[in-house]
Amino acid sequence: MRAGRQIGKAGYGWTVFVGVVSLIYFFPVLWIILTAFKTRADALATPPKFWFSPTLENFANVFSRSAVGSTEAFSTGFGLFFFNSVFVAAVSVTLALIIGTLAAYGFSRHPLRGNDTYLFIILTTRMLPPIVVIIPIFLMFRVTGLSGTYLGIILLYTAFNLPFSIWMIKSFFDELNPEVEDAARMDGSPERRVFLRICLPQIKAGLAATAVFALILTWNEFLFALLLTGTDTRTVPVAMARTIGGEIGVDYGLLAAIVCLFLIPVFVVTFVLQKQLLRGVTFGTIRN
Amino acid sequence: MQREAAASAAGDAHVRGFLPWLLAPERRGALLVTPALVVLFLMNIFPLLWSLGLSFFNYRANRLRVPSFQWFDNYEKVLTDPVVWERFQTTAVIVGASVTLQVVVGFSLALLFAKEFPLRRVLLMLVLTPMMLSFVAVGVFFKLFYEPTFGLVSQFAAMFTGEPYVVLATPAGALIGIVVADAWMWSPFVMLLVLAGLVSVPRDLYEAAEIDRASAWRRFTTITFPYIKALLLLAILFRTIETFKLFDIVYLITEGGLGSSTETIAVYLYRMAFQFFRTSQASALAYIVLFVVIVLTNLYLYSIHRRRGPG
Repeated sequence: MRAGRQIGKAGYGWTVFVGVVSLIYFFPVLWIILTAFKTRADALATPPKFWFSPTLENFANVFSRSAVGSTEAFSTGFGLFFFNSVFVAAVSVTLALIIGTLAAYGFSRHPLRGNDTYLFIILTTRMLPPIVVIIPIFLMFRVTGLSGTYLGIILLYTAFNLPFSIWMIKSFFDELNPEVEDAARMDGSPERRVFLRICLPQIKAGLAATAVFALILTWNEFLFALLLTGTDTRTVPVAMARTIGGEIGVDYGLLAAIVCLFLIPVFVVTFVLQKQLLRGVTFGTIRN
Repeated sequence: MQREAAASAAGDAHVRGFLPWLLAPERRGALLVTPALVVLFLMNIFPLLWSLGLSFFNYRANRLRVPSFQWFDNYEKVLTDPVVWERFQTTAVIVGASVTLQVVVGFSLALLFAKEFPLRRVLLMLVLTPMMLSFVAVGVFFKLFYEPTFGLVSQFAAMFTGEPYVVLATPAGALIGIVVADAWMWSPFVMLLVLAGLVSVPRDLYEAAEIDRASAWRRFTTITFPYIKALLLLAILFRTIETFKLFDIVYLITEGGLGSSTETIAVYLYRMAFQFFRTSQASALAYIVLFVVIVLTNLYLYSIHRRRGPG
């Protein structure tokens, strides 16, 4: 059979071939995972070591470790940074989802005059390069004192997630059959009930997918966090970037361990949401 | 229309007062959308208007001097600055090389996965993972790989030549390093879209082609390609927009180096605004970048409409 021209079935031979290609493609991630389990000496070995005795030392060191030459452990601050990442992402995504669901329902079921224009402007705000938006926001936060506070970064992330949520959730509402709702209205259900009891339950899976995608986007975000978080509100990506920021003697094993911990939610999501991935990465503009 | 009528019949439109007025069916759409628009206005539109205003002054965020009105001086300065054009060129080179690579790799991967075979889901996850990673994580990976003494790339080269190869030591090498990292991360995106196209081709078309004894190339150009053409175009547009904004990877791997060989327009903008504090000039440049992105986004949405329309 010709390579993949037809949507046919293929056997284990194909699995082996694709498996090899996939592993090569996945290799950079794999290498980081391996590095996380290496001792400092193994991580810096030349030539690189593929076989070594694994250690969990790096993972223990992520949250607290002792400096070279001293026995007293000190906090690396990563406990706080992980908490910040989770907290900021959770609150802003919840807010974006509530506001976004209402708006998506409005755009889908009660179109305004110039509905498409609104939707276009909303998508454009998401497509803008973050660096363009950040310049005035940086000034605005400086004036209002929001810079370096949880409130500031949460507000910004809510706005950052909103366009995505609206487009995603609208795409799910658009797929529903309006006749079901009309039937309920004929039976005298008030509008609130139609929304809460009929529409929302039908897109439960879609809402979950949207939430998870927004969580990942927020979890991964770097530039806004770099410029707008302070020492106490710093998120993991910023802390990671500071760790590699040109210091001499970077502890690669430790860095790899941090990356591994940071990646766990991402792996889970990629596996669970495979079906919705396409819609997610295109902001709901393309559906399978 | 009918729904609206039914809704208003069920609603209590006769009661007077502000709240009932607000909750009247004809305002329902506006009411639902308002919170979202308020948030977006506060955090996106208003700041953008602010920076539009700034772009006409000579404001610097680290000075106290009262800024003066400058008309289009900043725009003129930015547009006649050869450095800006160089940065645009660097960005164009990276976008061109990276998107091409993404399409080639993504297409090949999609062909591999366009069949049912055991363990497909697991292997697909391995390939899709890079796309879901944080730019920072990818930056960390590749920074490690490109590291001059211990990095995998230089070690690998040393096995053949005896000399460790330092990727980031030459401008061309640095550029290739950035492009490879970005293309590695985003090829799965192109793959997803092409795969969606490949899966949608009806099988009986192939069976008919089999009977007509059409060659493999002919089958590809007349059956497969028309089905994936639109999605491929969308993938290219989407990736072009995104790569045009490329900031994080460059900032983390090379910080725009070697020299300024990998400094994209986004990194340059960052420097201008937050290292040199030429705030107004940066705002002017930001508006030029904004214009480019809006044009590209328009093209993207236009293509989506066309795809939904006739097809």
